[in-house]
Amino acid sequence: MSVEVLDDGRKRISAPLSDDDVRSLEIGDVVLVKGTVYAARDAAHKRMVEMLDRGEDLPFDIRGQVVYYVGPTPERPGNVTGSAGPTTASRMDKWTPRLLELGLKGIMGKGGRGPAIRAELEKHTAVYMAALGGGGALSALTVRSQEVIAFEEFQTEAIRRMELDDFPVWVVNDCRGRDFYAETITPWRKNELLPESLRFPTDQWAVENGGG
Amino acid sequence: MANVREIDAAEITRVVRELCIEINYKVPEEMVELVKRARDLEESPLGRQVLDLLIRNQALAAEGEYPYCQDTGYTVIFLDVGQDVHVVGADLYDAVDEGVRQGYGDGYLRGSIVRDPLFDRRNTGDNTPAFVHTRIVPGDQIRIQVDAKGAGSENMGKHAMLKPADGLEGAKEYVLQAVAESGPNACPPGIIGVGIGGNFEMSAVIAKRALMRKVGQPNPDPQIAELEAELYEKCNALGLGPEALGGTQTVLAVHVETMPTHIASLPVAVNIECHAHRTGSRVI
Repeated sequence: MSVEVLDDGRKRISAPLSDDDVRSLEIGDVVLVKGTVYAARDAAHKRMVEMLDRGEDLPFDIRGQVVYYVGPTPERPGNVTGSAGPTTASRMDKWTPRLLELGLKGIMGKGGRGPAIRAELEKHTAVYMAALGGGGALSALTVRSQEVIAFEEFQTEAIRRMELDDFPVWVVNDCRGRDFYAETITPWRKNELLPESLRFPTDQWAVENGGG
Repeated sequence: MANVREIDAAEITRVVRELCIEINYKVPEEMVELVKRARDLEESPLGRQVLDLLIRNQALAAEGEYPYCQDTGYTVIFLDVGQDVHVVGADLYDAVDEGVRQGYGDGYLRGSIVRDPLFDRRNTGDNTPAFVHTRIVPGDQIRIQVDAKGAGSENMGKHAMLKPADGLEGAKEYVLQAVAESGPNACPPGIIGVGIGGNFEMSAVIAKRALMRKVGQPNPDPQIAELEAELYEKCNALGLGPEALGGTQTVLAVHVETMPTHIASLPVAVNIECHAHRTGSRVI
């Protein structure tokens, strides 16, 4: 098992993750990510899917791995990284299913995933976790090393192998099709103060995208 | 007749460079106060935890080693150029871009701008070009405001040409829908900049200018200030809370700007800002 349950209920995970590891994670879990993750965002995803379309191999073996949607700031001399918080995950929706098909097990980013990706996570037994959006300075503190392994010309969007030390995330979409935002937002919506279109459970956007 | 004052373009470069670095590490004092206030007001325990993390992130970034957010933004620059000023030594906009280039390089800030949106998405590497809004104003000074605007929240902006029949209620509902739809992507709690009136592009420009106001300072027009207060309460009633993990503190402030419009029009633009509100200004 690559999932360790700590005394305070938090879970520490390290890739590679098995299907059983993924099944042990549930929405709302606070997870500490330790060990290797691969940084990749928009440009890298586009290129990776183009490579797959041409029948080429990806720059790293993605089976069981965790991909982190991040484009860090340049590191200062003597530091291993700059700020390294998450970017919006839903922009990767177009490319995500291809990587899940190849065995990607964990994804870290910020924001929610729509119903299509939630279904893909369920189908391929994978998990999506959100890091602290906009908390780039804090995020840097748990990065132990990082190295560009592909697409250097993409600068901040290059693929990096990163070693993390208890990088904190929340499980937002588990492999059961559930959505954490839906559960957390609902009790706080004050329908009586809002126009009809924004009342739960009728807010259509929220129903589809988490919340409601 | 007023004398013309010469301002060296190099001085503009220097100020832009300094502001780029300063704002990306140290958020304005009112943001520190407003996030603390949100921490006091937040009713959700998870929301309070998130706000505690944001307070720590503000303090850590202010030490000057790690920028507040890795998305160091589009560099948006507002120039109020006195009509009695003569800029010498270089092209004004070249001087601004040079300041951005130096600031992002020397400040270890991320280049996030691609040279072409469709055909050549290569990163320019130094965050240029800046997006500059220029106004000619009375006087012999130049006021420079630099804003590092994150794309996560910028992407959640919305714009509509409503009908006059939609009126005040329609405009309010549109703003609330934009905030609801922004969900976690805009990194709440942030600031909602609303521009109402003008034409297609002016509504967007005044929405952005609304974000440049000192955060939490109401519009001087009491009717608009009242609208801001109502929208603030209703945005928070959406229940998104910090990072949209549920709670009562979805926005820190709502700023509304209005301007005259056409008899046939009611343009509404919503420009959303995240908790990483990074802006600062200087007068030369």
